[in-house]
Amino acid sequence: MPRYLSLVKIDESTVPAEGPSPELMQRMGELIEEVTKAGVMLDTAGLMPSAQGTRVHWEGGRISVTDGPFTESKEVVGGYAFMQCKDMAEAVEWTKRFLKVHEEFWTVTCEVREIAEG
Amino acid sequence: MEQQHARPTEPPGALEEDLETVFRLESPRVVAAVARIVRDIGIAEELTQDALVAALEQWPRDGLPGNPGAWLMTTARRRAVDLVRRRERYAHKLQEIGRNLEAVPPPEEPSAPDDIDDDLLRLVFTTCHPVLSAEARTALTLRLLGGLTTAEIARAFLVPESTVAQRIVRAKRLLAQRNVAFEVPYGPEREARLGSVLGVIYLIFNEGYAATAGDDWLRPGLCEDALRLARLLAGLMPKEPEAHALVALLEFQASRAAARTGPHGEPVLLKDQDRRRWNRMLIARGVAALARADTTGAPGPYALQAAIAACHARAYTYEETDWPAIVTLYSLLAARSPSPVVELNRAVAVSMAEGPAPALEIVDALAAEPALRAYHLLPSVRADLLARLGRTAEARAEFERAASLARNERERELLLRRAAENG
Repeated sequence: MPRYLSLVKIDESTVPAEGPSPELMQRMGELIEEVTKAGVMLDTAGLMPSAQGTRVHWEGGRISVTDGPFTESKEVVGGYAFMQCKDMAEAVEWTKRFLKVHEEFWTVTCEVREIAEG
Repeated sequence: MEQQHARPTEPPGALEEDLETVFRLESPRVVAAVARIVRDIGIAEELTQDALVAALEQWPRDGLPGNPGAWLMTTARRRAVDLVRRRERYAHKLQEIGRNLEAVPPPEEPSAPDDIDDDLLRLVFTTCHPVLSAEARTALTLRLLGGLTTAEIARAFLVPESTVAQRIVRAKRLLAQRNVAFEVPYGPEREARLGSVLGVIYLIFNEGYAATAGDDWLRPGLCEDALRLARLLAGLMPKEPEAHALVALLEFQASRAAARTGPHGEPVLLKDQDRRRWNRMLIARGVAALARADTTGAPGPYALQAAIAACHARAYTYEETDWPAIVTLYSLLAARSPSPVVELNRAVAVSMAEGPAPALEIVDALAAEPALRAYHLLPSVRADLLARLGRTAEARAEFERAASLARNERERELLLRRAAENG
């Protein structure tokens, strides 16, 4: 049963100013509890806005450091979930359920990637 | 997002794939809920399959329902209630013509979502019921709770699919014949029955972790199925320290999986493992689960084994292992649930903490143990101790004896190599 990392990328411009609604947090909490109890969820968390983040870049043998906010906000990693699933289809199914708890005004992309083991 | 890869509409075939996944995820809960109505897990499984067939007919025509799991649940439950009513009418008719049948309880009201956990727990206790053989328990638990197909179970245990199918059919029949109640035991019976449930999960894990037969040393699929079951059980029984302890033990054991086999699939022993390859996330999960299992009372057997595994996980190198602590834990385990295998493990820990000579005394005391007569690890441990004491000729003979007893091909090769080293 492979492990998967779901990288939750959000369009930060669609996030309400006051943050996720209490109803969303409630539904999300219930779903995460369900996925955890199913023995699938290994670890998950949401991230603080990218404006508070820092990028550390390595190129041409030099380090450069850039503080947020960053210019592009279309697909910014806003959270992650480590899951242990039978196959990609199952990881995708749980991911769909995770997306469906969001209100319609959200734009979210989950990139589901298998973790290279060994 | 690249448009050419977007899937706004599902391509043909996607529905079947979705359905298969949804069904595998939902079927344990549906079977559990239906079993409470019909009081028979065999019939419950059939009704769940019927609901799947209905979904296969309707979903492609009407589209995927918003909540496929709920749809399957409702459909299966409705059929279950119909079946019970039909049975009642039948019993009533027979009574009218002067025949007595056992009264069937009326169907219960549909359950609230919270009741699903209770249903699942009843299902676990039923599939792990002591009236069933160990093989039947593992097969039934993997089938109904793990969502594995009979083919997958057969592959995992290296037996023909027909054997597994038969085991499952017989198990269901036996549960029905013995009128095994679909319930969670309470009172004094509970602890013994919980032991049986934990034992089944542990057995499944071990079969994957050190395969008793076959060519592969490790069958990780089974370990992960067991781990998922253990996590599920701990979620269903959050107040049971031993349920959390079993999770902790398996998380620790699984954290070493990548380091336990070499590049050619050969076993790598604990002391030779590259500990950088241990999975830190699983170790952290093990630590957290062990903390949840921490009780004010005396630790149970799984808590003690998990604590031993934690000692290994905490050591960044083999040399840093806290062997005296491990010896103490094995002594507690031997007092709590004595067994020759525990004693053998204690000997290994003693050899590391105090040297091979006192350990050899413990091992030699086990020589007459009938339970270990065919257990290859007894001569294997003894050979290792003899080698460390410089008694190479005896060590070689013992390694060869261990190799002749080992049923796993990979282990046999390792033992023969060690015999040759002591030539």
